Amino acid sequence: MTALAAILLRDIRIAMRVGGGALMGVLFFLVVVTMTPFAIGPDLALLKRIGPAILWLAALLASLLALDRLFTGDHDDGSLDLILMGRAPLELVVGMKGLAHWLTTGLPLVLAAPLIGLFLNLDAPAEGALVLTLLVGTPALTFIGMIGAAIAVTLRRGGLLLAVIVLPLTVPVLIFGVGAANAAVVGPVPFGTPFTVLCALTLASLVIGPFAAAAALRQEME
Amino acid sequence: MRLNAVDLHCRRGGRDVFAGVNFTVASGEALTVVGRNGAGKSSLLRTIVGLLRLARGRLTLDGGDRELSIAEQAHYLGHQDALKPSLSTAENLTFWAAFLGGKAADQSTVIAQALDTVGLAPLASLPAGYLSAGQRRRLSIARLVAVKRPIWLLDEPTSALDVTAQARLSGLMQDHLSGGGLILAATHGPIGLSRSNELRLDPVTPSFSDSFFEDEAVDATEQDGP
Repeated sequence: MTALAAILLRDIRIAMRVGGGALMGVLFFLVVVTMTPFAIGPDLALLKRIGPAILWLAALLASLLALDRLFTGDHDDGSLDLILMGRAPLELVVGMKGLAHWLTTGLPLVLAAPLIGLFLNLDAPAEGALVLTLLVGTPALTFIGMIGAAIAVTLRRGGLLLAVIVLPLTVPVLIFGVGAANAAVVGPVPFGTPFTVLCALTLASLVIGPFAAAAALRQEME
Repeated sequence: MRLNAVDLHCRRGGRDVFAGVNFTVASGEALTVVGRNGAGKSSLLRTIVGLLRLARGRLTLDGGDRELSIAEQAHYLGHQDALKPSLSTAENLTFWAAFLGGKAADQSTVIAQALDTVGLAPLASLPAGYLSAGQRRRLSIARLVAVKRPIWLLDEPTSALDVTAQARLSGLMQDHLSGGGLILAATHGPIGLSRSNELRLDPVTPSFSDSFFEDEAVDATEQDGP
């Protein structure tokens, strides 16, 4: 087993165990979306129109919820020291941690979205489009978020700072994610254009996130 | 193999932690770093593995693997145990053995042997969260046994260990030295090595404070200048 496979497996295992918090994001997602019809009222046309936006916003907040544990756990128990000393490049290790984080917090959101979409009066084509945008877009949320998580790692209560740093950076993902999902629901814009931009944003964040996070971690160990 | 340090300086938060430290450790030798609290013993070990930036000075390793940095050939046993409470004893050790690059042919026998060496074999499947402080320490030490690296940097290795475990640790250190390894240990008491050199670190005392404030002033103007 190589170092990268080892860290991927370890992070997934920790998230699945008691106290790992893998299902907290999904529960939060479920609660936020369930509350929306109560707040807005039983206007089915309105719910259908704002449904994708509500789901995306809830997914953004849910993925933010678990991000502050991405590096602080390893920092607090000294694991990060050994990770920095390892022979595996830090950028790849950070990327693997991001992948494990997405598999345990982002992917469950994508899988839960079709069910939760029913609360917001979404029909089958709209749900399909929404799940596709979430599948493509949530990795970008994780990999942009990891930059903030790496910056806030040494702070005791970094969660709020993390949100302040990360949320503005996720605006493009939110715009094109909701844009693509809305295009499938109400038209008349084609689905492909905003969806392609969303794919591009995700690919860019997959590259930039690990490098920026690794640089921040190296700086902070001083 | 020989680890040379020439004129090491370390600065943290604008304060000199230690200054002008020189030492040489060769294969089969142990160096114990002693000094009062705050003298910079831990900082010295962290500087050697690159977790703290070296303000001035030179660190070289003769006869090591030229492809690898000093940190990549060293084990660092710090104050923190680097264990995950939700993973079992064996899982914790297996992860570090795989991550730190122990490409053993049969990983599971290596893990079992290492756990046996530190006396934790009966607790292999117990979550690490249930271990006592001394058992956690022993599990960290098992990492040094499971993955072979020539340089051991130990920060108060005997803390929380009982008499039996201390004796076992000194046996491990003797084995490591006779196998051609080298050890740097920061300590307050004897760690059971029959023969070791001593490096005494003195805190950079307040009597230096005048020059210290001058340095600060110079630094500040340099930063403001451009």
